[in-house]
Amino acid sequence: MPATETRIVTQRLRERPDDSWTLAAVRETGGYESLRKALTMDPAAIAEEVKASGLRGRGGAGFPTATKWSFLPAGVEPRYLVVNSDEAEPSTFKDRMLIERDPHQLVEGIAIASFALGVHHAFVYVRGEFAKGAERLTKAVAEARAEGLIGPDMCGSGFDLEITVHRGAGAYICGEETALLNSLEGDRGMPRIRPPFPAIAGLYAKPTVVNNVETISTLPGIIRMGGEAYGAMGVERSRGTRIFSLSGNVNRPGNYELELGLTFRQLLDDFGGGLKGPGPVKFFIPGGASSQWLVDEHLDVPLDMDLVTQKYGVMLGSGAVMVYNQDACPVRVALRLAKFFAHESCGKCTPCREGTGWIQKVLYRIEHGEGRDTDLDLLLDVGDNICPGLNAPFSQTTICPLGPSAVSAVVSLNKYFRDDVLRHVKEGPCRAA
Amino acid sequence: MIEKAEEILARYPSKRSALMPLLYEVAERDGYVTEAGMAEVADHIGLTPAEVLGVCSFYSMFKRSPQGKLLVSVCTSVSCMVNGGEELYAHLRERYRDDPDVTVEEVECLAADDGAPVMQVNYEFHERLTPESAERIVEDYKAGRLTPRGPSGVSRAGH
Repeated sequence: MPATETRIVTQRLRERPDDSWTLAAVRETGGYESLRKALTMDPAAIAEEVKASGLRGRGGAGFPTATKWSFLPAGVEPRYLVVNSDEAEPSTFKDRMLIERDPHQLVEGIAIASFALGVHHAFVYVRGEFAKGAERLTKAVAEARAEGLIGPDMCGSGFDLEITVHRGAGAYICGEETALLNSLEGDRGMPRIRPPFPAIAGLYAKPTVVNNVETISTLPGIIRMGGEAYGAMGVERSRGTRIFSLSGNVNRPGNYELELGLTFRQLLDDFGGGLKGPGPVKFFIPGGASSQWLVDEHLDVPLDMDLVTQKYGVMLGSGAVMVYNQDACPVRVALRLAKFFAHESCGKCTPCREGTGWIQKVLYRIEHGEGRDTDLDLLLDVGDNICPGLNAPFSQTTICPLGPSAVSAVVSLNKYFRDDVLRHVKEGPCRAA
Repeated sequence: MIEKAEEILARYPSKRSALMPLLYEVAERDGYVTEAGMAEVADHIGLTPAEVLGVCSFYSMFKRSPQGKLLVSVCTSVSCMVNGGEELYAHLRERYRDDPDVTVEEVECLAADDGAPVMQVNYEFHERLTPESAERIVEDYKAGRLTPRGPSGVSRAGH
């Protein structure tokens, strides 16, 4: 039996593909009922439901959401909620779908979280390139406000909430939460040293929770089902569902919402229609460009956030799974990712600023037949200066994980594709793409 | 003066947070982020023009030189790369090399990998392209058969 999707976050946008973002569709599909229910609850009881659900952050790090919320110090006002919609991890495209196609679900989630946290002003930081997403979200916020669903005395609860939609302007680093806060404050998007953590001194140095779009968009479903029912799905400490963005050499690339614990093979075959082009799978990147890679023999590994890290040294990260066939060149993929990280390094920490450039240049000369036999060792040495030990979870000589992320592809080349690298050193680029 | 400045400043507890949205207003009005526009932003917020430039230059979407009316951003990241993105970029760059109305740039992953290869024209997505279909789309914009978004992606046609 092929596996099927479990649609919680993606329910409305799948049921109403032509108008899921409109207020009319939202009204007809139970929109804002979870918010009304939440407003009858004690704020602490909402946090308890989230805790019972086992929800963990869907942006990449997988930190338990209720625990993050619990770090806000009591009685300190104002406090802020910031939703991270700066989705730019290569091959991740779930948050763009959520803000374009179900912006009201996000607004409802923000209202639920804000009420639970005692937040009266929430911000959504939307990646600059998502012009349509920002537009639809801004419209949804205005509609919800006009309906009294948010704003002063939201839903007649006596609780006030304003939501500000803020557009980024093309900087991957702003997906890192402290860089995002600097950017939102009108500064260059460079990460901050922690401590203090955002929960203590975040936006405008006030207590702040930063949550991902998918995380917040899951809250209406959790309140609707009850935390326990949501948490009954999944495997080990990976509870509930996640949206996986499947792409690369795949017959049916797309976003699929699955119960955690299914396998990479089920994702690829049952949902993605299998590998496109010559098999078997040459390699796949299991959690966004920042993760180390896996190969064909790992396809039966379950989608379990902790297991993949502890046993295989990779991460489910942002939920992006990129799959490559036998025609794909691992050196070329690594070079393209290196170019990305070198371009996006903010320049604050020397090991990352210099190291990402070195990695790109050395991979470039390898790919173009101008490399040296010792180049792979050179790359590992450079990588070790950014990410000592070359393992995931990362240890790092940098403030944020961007630098160590750039090392993942190099480590993967060394682990699985040494021969390909040496062949490029001798012969230059592959003829195949 | 930037027309919507007061409304934008009112969205934030701190004036300085309005810096990026004000830069977008300048780009939308002037076609790119002009020096005069940066000085206006500085006036609204109470910063020096150099401080505004220092932030502006960090972000790749704030263009500080004149652009074509159409900004064609072609993704060549890993999902698009294995689906023809580099060929798409090479074709469009060559085709519009001497066209002052069209600026072609190579960009990182646009979060539309299920439609690879993709491009944006003034931040509007176009997916599942071939060099030929992409060129047709740019020509449709040029001929007015499609209405482009503004220089910073603001809708002008109810997209």
